[in-house]
Amino acid sequence: MSVSVLITIVLGLAAIGYVLARRRALAVVDGDSRKLHSRTGYYGQFVFLMTAVPALLVMLVWLFVQPVLIESRIGGMIPESAFPEGGELTLVMSDVRRISNGLDAIEATGQGAAAALDATATDVRAEMAAVGVALGSDVSPEVLSAAQSYRKMQHTGAFWLSIVALATALAFLVGSLSRIRADQRARNISENFVLALLIGASLVAIATTLGIVLSLVFETYHFFQLYPWQDFFFSLTWNPQFRGGSDLGFIPLIWGTLYVSFVALIVAVPVGLMIAIYLAEYAGPKLRSVAKPAIEVLAGIPTIVYGLFALITVGPFLRDWIAQPMGLGDSSSSVLTAGLVMGIMLIPFVSSLSDDIINAVPQSMRDGSYGLGATQSETIKQVVLPAALPGVVGAILLAASRAIGETMIVVMGAGAAAKLSLNPLEAMTTVTVKIVSQLTGDTEFASPETLVAFALGLTLFTFTLALNVLALFIVRKYREQYE
Amino acid sequence: MTDMSQPGTAAPSGKNRSSLLAADARTKRRNASERRFRLMGLIAVSIGVLALVGLLTSILGNGLSSFRQTYIALDVYLDPAKLDKSGTRDIEKIKKVTTFGYKPLIEKALVAAIEKAGVDDQGLSGKKIGAMISPEAPATLRNYVIANPDKIGETIPFDLLAGGRIDGFFKGRVTMESAALDRNTSPEQLRLAEALRDKGIVVTRFNWAFFTSPDASDTRPEAAGLGVALLGSAYMMLVVLVLALPIGVAASIYLEEFARQNWLTDLIEVNISNLAAVPSIVFGILGLAAFINFAGLPQSAPIVGGLVLTLMTLPTIIIATRAALKAVPPSIRDAALGVGASKMQTVFHHVLPLAMPGILTGTIIGLAQALGESAPLLLIGMVAFVREYPGAPPEGFFDPASALPVQVYNWTTRGDPAFVERASGAIIVLLAFLLMMNIIAIILRRRFERRW
Repeated sequence: MSVSVLITIVLGLAAIGYVLARRRALAVVDGDSRKLHSRTGYYGQFVFLMTAVPALLVMLVWLFVQPVLIESRIGGMIPESAFPEGGELTLVMSDVRRISNGLDAIEATGQGAAAALDATATDVRAEMAAVGVALGSDVSPEVLSAAQSYRKMQHTGAFWLSIVALATALAFLVGSLSRIRADQRARNISENFVLALLIGASLVAIATTLGIVLSLVFETYHFFQLYPWQDFFFSLTWNPQFRGGSDLGFIPLIWGTLYVSFVALIVAVPVGLMIAIYLAEYAGPKLRSVAKPAIEVLAGIPTIVYGLFALITVGPFLRDWIAQPMGLGDSSSSVLTAGLVMGIMLIPFVSSLSDDIINAVPQSMRDGSYGLGATQSETIKQVVLPAALPGVVGAILLAASRAIGETMIVVMGAGAAAKLSLNPLEAMTTVTVKIVSQLTGDTEFASPETLVAFALGLTLFTFTLALNVLALFIVRKYREQYE
Repeated sequence: MTDMSQPGTAAPSGKNRSSLLAADARTKRRNASERRFRLMGLIAVSIGVLALVGLLTSILGNGLSSFRQTYIALDVYLDPAKLDKSGTRDIEKIKKVTTFGYKPLIEKALVAAIEKAGVDDQGLSGKKIGAMISPEAPATLRNYVIANPDKIGETIPFDLLAGGRIDGFFKGRVTMESAALDRNTSPEQLRLAEALRDKGIVVTRFNWAFFTSPDASDTRPEAAGLGVALLGSAYMMLVVLVLALPIGVAASIYLEEFARQNWLTDLIEVNISNLAAVPSIVFGILGLAAFINFAGLPQSAPIVGGLVLTLMTLPTIIIATRAALKAVPPSIRDAALGVGASKMQTVFHHVLPLAMPGILTGTIIGLAQALGESAPLLLIGMVAFVREYPGAPPEGFFDPASALPVQVYNWTTRGDPAFVERASGAIIVLLAFLLMMNIIAIILRRRFERRW
């Protein structure tokens, strides 16, 4: 029974429980609902929740535990000798999974029983290819038998999952139905139940952070077992080889990242700040009603659009009009391309954050400054901006953290060659670009070339987190309190 | 004492003389600096607006042409001698004929059409003439024959895709000069195509196939479409909506209405604000490690993409929902509690309905954000070349699919410049969806949001 069918059945049972519970509650008091502690709907809700939630939880836990258990048992079944040349258990396991899927497909065609396949007698690889499962190498008898027992265990697992889930649902349904009394505090119980669900939902945020940190730290630890950390942090070359023996120094990447972010901030901070000042202090309502939404639209455009803009317009333009005439390079992807476009992306970010902060400076301070004879720009430069400075610095730090974590623009605009260079018209690469390039395509989680992406991700995560915390700290600590 | 009280004293002489009517040098300097500052502000605003205009013109200019496509209208004779040698109309045998078997039929039909129309064939050989038709055309023909084997032996009118270079010529991308240098086409072919267009055999019309057909391989950009990507994106949005809306609303209700000030609440709040600032690619790493490696979900599947995007949009939805809940005045809660409603009843019966427009607005904005996101999807394998449509839900959630922004990225990595046009066209579709969603959000806000 597939999981979706199972969920439908459980929910159906719960719905039946709702109806039955309402009836039963009324029957207990002979139809006089005033004698009940709660309104009838709450008895229904109580039984509904008691039926659905435990069964669904059991299913969830089961679906996470079953693969782990089966893999560990199958992993034990495969002898070392069955590993292909230089192969790892994970490779064999992915073969086992694929063969097992293939066996299902063979079963589905109805020709020949999948369990009866014999690696020595028939050409399993050809059989698999016939049902659309491509295998990299011939199948050894051990792997085939492992796949067969894998498939069997999965089927047994699915069978027992249905039994257990349905049994849980039914048991709780009957149990809660039989507990219905006139003086049962059904509303309080079901409200507490709902409260627990609400708390559970808000714990998702913690679980996500935990998931991110755990997955990054765990795989990074794996990486540092395979690759010396000194080389990662201090080597000046990035040169991954898929045959092993690669240099995975992260300094060129972080250099590219910081360089691109720096260019982006050079563009975004003055422009964004001036836009915020102009719109808050000078612009008439007419200009504001046009310019403000236009700038905000920039913020809503997906980064892939900026990436394409960098790729087809800005990059070729810079190459043909600046880089080639000046003899500084002939690549359309460059630090300047990515930085400029990313700067445009960050303009609304800086401007809307600064706008809020500038508007928060009280009018009395401006009036005081005007009263002393200052011009408007002097007021802004010497009174408003100093008052708003912590907030503006916070905004700039947040923009920097955005720039460092930005992916699509640099993937499409900055290039792929890891270089340590000062020339902004040369193609360089960034941490995010390399995370993407190391993790797309076929990923086997055993080589340092793949796992390095997790170390890069952890670096990125720490960097942006530190910037965000710093921004928050500056805003909190140096914020001017008025009134 | 002021000057006014001493009318007898003469105006100060020499360099101290100043007048309110004539500005002195320092005032001039200050006023000039004021004007400069103002100009800088204006320039900054125009840079912002120009950037938006430049971005949109670049995309529209490159992409609008992808909504039109060049077709060649041909009457193709489905030769039984080629397609069904046995003459038994056995479907298995017909399937054995590959697209190579169909190519000569199309070539012959085009040559015949050229002769019939009385157009000068520019001295091109039959093979060169056949090269004007997309390599996708034989597959179209084959699919038709396999679907209708009884039509073999008849002459059927087809609208077949013209080759990418011919299509590009009518859209201005390919010129006679570039064709002369191009191995895949020649100026003669372009001139022939022009003549055929005058005869109405080659037509350019609206490109429905762009929305419905799947991706195509590197050599046939003219056949590439957004079908799989649109479906994949729709599936993911469904997953995000179904998961993120209830979880986000539930979490916000707890934090806003029930949570006491304690370490757990603080921890949750800090986590939410941090997650909102985590780079999206990190969510992709999480998806790869947790959903694909640990939980064993398939790569490239909309369910994984949906889960990752759900986690990514949750902070947005939670922040918007909390703002909406906060905007409901306490008097409503007090009134409900006053007539004997429980806390839970107050929230679900009174506060939540009043906050609903704000919540929906926030959700739509979160969905729009999720729709445009591509970096995390690259990591979970959505970038793979997928030609098969995913099945119907719920099983289809586990089939490989593509997504709109990732399809754009995928096309930009291809060599043929025609794919740039496709990518820009896909961006226009994406932006149209985003515009629609934002307009809906604005309407919701305008129509239903109450000011207390």
